[in-house]
Amino acid sequence: MVIQKLLIANRGEIAVRIIRAAQELGIATVQVHSAADAESLAVKMADEAVNIGPPMASKSYLNIANILKAAADTGADAVHPGYGFLAENADFADAVEAAGLIWVGPKGSAIRVMGDKVAARVAAQSAGVPVVPGSDGRIDDPDQARALALTIGFPVMIKAAAGGGGRGIRIAQDIEEFDRLLPQASAEAKAAFGDGGLYMEKVIERARHIEVQILGDGTDVIHCFERECSLQRRRQKVWEEAPSSALPQAMREKLCASAVALAKAVHYRGAGTLEYLYDDASGAFYFIEMNTRIQVEHPVTEMITGIDLVREMLRIAGGQPLRYKQSDVRLNGHAIEVRICAEDPAQGFKPGPGTISTLKVPGGPGVRFDTLLYQGYTVPPFYDSLLGKLIVWDETRAQAIARMARALGELEVGGLPTTKPLHQALARDAEVQAGQFHTRWLEPWLDQNADRLGEEIKTP
Amino acid sequence: MSKQILSPLPGTFYSKPAPGQPAFKKVGDTVAVGDVIGLIEVMKSFHEVAADQAGTITAFIADDEEPVMAGQALIELA
Repeated sequence: MVIQKLLIANRGEIAVRIIRAAQELGIATVQVHSAADAESLAVKMADEAVNIGPPMASKSYLNIANILKAAADTGADAVHPGYGFLAENADFADAVEAAGLIWVGPKGSAIRVMGDKVAARVAAQSAGVPVVPGSDGRIDDPDQARALALTIGFPVMIKAAAGGGGRGIRIAQDIEEFDRLLPQASAEAKAAFGDGGLYMEKVIERARHIEVQILGDGTDVIHCFERECSLQRRRQKVWEEAPSSALPQAMREKLCASAVALAKAVHYRGAGTLEYLYDDASGAFYFIEMNTRIQVEHPVTEMITGIDLVREMLRIAGGQPLRYKQSDVRLNGHAIEVRICAEDPAQGFKPGPGTISTLKVPGGPGVRFDTLLYQGYTVPPFYDSLLGKLIVWDETRAQAIARMARALGELEVGGLPTTKPLHQALARDAEVQAGQFHTRWLEPWLDQNADRLGEEIKTP
Repeated sequence: MSKQILSPLPGTFYSKPAPGQPAFKKVGDTVAVGDVIGLIEVMKSFHEVAADQAGTITAFIADDEEPVMAGQALIELA
């Protein structure tokens, strides 16, 4: 069944992105929105718009009943969840299908398996995909914990099985420290959660974050190579690239093949991303989790493969088999994306909603700007601070960085603070230029370069 | 004229530290300068609202989970 009318259960730049893909396929669009988003670009672009509630996301973008009612009222036959909000909510996926609508994503059952840390880990292991060495689930016996620590090697992280939010987490550098910390961790877990059960995992120091984009139709799965997103602040990606400059070709093939094997094992349908930690020093990679949705940084993959991932999601959801064989997917050149957020990097990334007084969008070859902005638009304070994503492509990584610096110089967003100066400083950094970074590189760099992050560089 | 405590930021006002917990302050409570009277969520980051005046709370002008503008009155003091 081909999709006729698509409801977009999201907002911001990804809603705009999905509307564009739908328009190119001749699919009508319904944009649901909160009261705070009535003037959003997505609402203006969509064929129809429905107000689904007050500004608070829990009352609008997370309100399943209101979203399904909007679909019924407008006669939409499919729902695209974007990323965030309800995108990885298996109950919502089931509810959409139970209402007789097409869910643009994997089956609720696949979301459930991959969304559960332990179940995903088990699925990965049975598909032959390496996971971070650790306990497979909770561990209660101290002798068993000790033996496992010696097997997986130090440093070892001990955390509460019932935990969350960092409480009860301890890192042991050697067995003596482990013997001292284990009873403490168990006692703290018992005090905090009423459950002394622990979970253990090897600490991978200086790892890169590398993820593999896959597309599946429920039977076949292909990969669209990897992205590297090692530059992170508070576990939020800041700068993303494709391909990774750290992977030798043989390792790339191995990593991508493992992602395909795991996605095939769960009969994956739609676009998905398998996230890994990659240890430069040993050349080992470890599966950490799968995101069962389109990702923010998907454009870098589109730039190096020429595949429109969102359009393929819509085609697959409409019942078409994959249009590409693995051999059709070619890696060409290098792409970089930076997230332009309404935050002031010179003031501890303080968020700054406001009205866009000026907007100059960069252009020229190899430049793409996916944004929710238009001149005069007032960015509401109720949602995340992402204003847009500046993406560049060029033949080589060095040229792509130069092009990014050039495009950032052209970008002007007036009326609120943005993270543009941060990206300008990163593009000029010798270690960034050399690709020498890992997931814990950016935060100390921000501390050392705090004074430089207020400067806007007009021309590179 | 009654005194008011204004929201320093636009966003969502919370009168409680977390859902299900008691409010920071209720009507009739006395407030000293610097007391936290609520939170404002701006773009997913939370900021404490500290009282810049002292007094006794006579009314909440903004309800829990209500969207507010910068400069909008949150509570009234006598």
